[in-house]
Amino acid sequence: MQKLHVSDIHKRFGSVEVLKGISLDAAAGDVISIIGSSGSGKSTFLRCINMLERPNSGSIAVNGEALELTADRRDGTLRAKNAAQLQRMRARLSMVFQNFCLWSHMSVLDNVVEAPVSVLRVPRKEAVERAKANLGKVGLNLDVCDRYPSQLSGGQQQRVAIARALSMEPDVMLFDEPTSALDPELVGEVLRVMQALAEEGRTMVVVTHEMAFARHLSSKVMLLHAGRVEEEGAPAELFDNPRSARLQQFLSGRLQS
Amino acid sequence: MPGGYVGSILAAGGVTLSLAFVSLLLAVLIGMAGAFAKLSSSRPLRMTATVYTSFIRGIPDLVMMLLVFYSVPALLNQWVQGMGWDMTIEFSPFGAGAATLALIFGAYMTETFRGALMNIPKGQLEAAQAYGLARPRIFWRILLPQMMRLALPGFTNNWLVMTKATALVSLLGVQDVMFRARGAAEATGKPFSFYILAGGFYLAITAVSLFVLSRVARRYEAGVKELAR
Repeated sequence: MQKLHVSDIHKRFGSVEVLKGISLDAAAGDVISIIGSSGSGKSTFLRCINMLERPNSGSIAVNGEALELTADRRDGTLRAKNAAQLQRMRARLSMVFQNFCLWSHMSVLDNVVEAPVSVLRVPRKEAVERAKANLGKVGLNLDVCDRYPSQLSGGQQQRVAIARALSMEPDVMLFDEPTSALDPELVGEVLRVMQALAEEGRTMVVVTHEMAFARHLSSKVMLLHAGRVEEEGAPAELFDNPRSARLQQFLSGRLQS
Repeated sequence: MPGGYVGSILAAGGVTLSLAFVSLLLAVLIGMAGAFAKLSSSRPLRMTATVYTSFIRGIPDLVMMLLVFYSVPALLNQWVQGMGWDMTIEFSPFGAGAATLALIFGAYMTETFRGALMNIPKGQLEAAQAYGLARPRIFWRILLPQMMRLALPGFTNNWLVMTKATALVSLLGVQDVMFRARGAAEATGKPFSFYILAGGFYLAITAVSLFVLSRVARRYEAGVKELAR
């Protein structure tokens, strides 16, 4: 079943075109890793999928429902025609941010419960149970519930953020470099959670620098360069037989995993 | 110090306090609207807010007060007469005083709130949008609580200055603490005692305010203390 269909996204910042027509299809259970050097446009592309960034052209459909877009009169970028539809679609796409972006004035539990209660209208009691289950699932002890995000380590914060994303029971999870802001010794705990999610069949789109994740856990890898898809395919194929010079160069600059 | 005068001055404390609270409420509403206008993507809104704050902050409070109380009704009356209507417009001193204070401190609040909004990390808003929260919910649950913490120092300052600026309405004939104190000072020939009493009254209000607001600040600092260490 088609979960996410993103087609021909173009994005300009001023006169610079940072995305030159990128498409992505994700079926249920797909784990798509987007790799590329910084400045390649991979995070911008991910942020266009849930309209945190307004593309200049392109289309987005979640679960077969196309987001209705219209050109903004001021700058010509696309914006949602209907705020309610955008909210509904965003609620189906949970995002995990590089800098966690947990709400700093709310306890861990409130962070996880907020969106299910206010967006999905889940009764609070049920949302709390779901939140606790998900916090357990990402390997956190439940005594973190009453703590504030700033009292946790980066790895713990990112796992809370993943629990927050899971509590929306999303169709697709979007990860924007989820381990890039973490100290090296904390990367593993987040990757292990993501591995578990990939293995249980979650549909995920992951912008990442973690080649081990891209290679061993994704069903498809996309290499972006200068706003274009340079190469895409199954990870084994890409990593073992890189066709483009760009990918060979990109991989040779890293330790093989 | 004759007791009758003291009682009369302190009884006027209610007038001063209600003037301060009414003005504060209006100033906060104006300040919120002004801050969002300044940060809006609409050029006309931004321009309007900018003209408002620069204009208001550039004119002395006393001049503003006299302008609103005397000049605006005079202007309106001229216009009314020109239209051939048989009526005279007059502002109540309390209403004109509160409106002027709200207008002036609305401009300061605008700047305070704008600064606070700008200092909320962008990711806080983006996370709320990304999870599909509706705009009113984002405001009440995410922006406002974080704004409270960031705006409190400036807010406290504005409130203290405004409380003291309420004394200006005595010039419009509002019987506030300042008005009664001056009356008593002139009637008894003891300016020192009565002005000290008035000064003490304002000091008491500001002292209580500082205490209360520092408690509020502590409440909204939850979650950020560890960051500051």
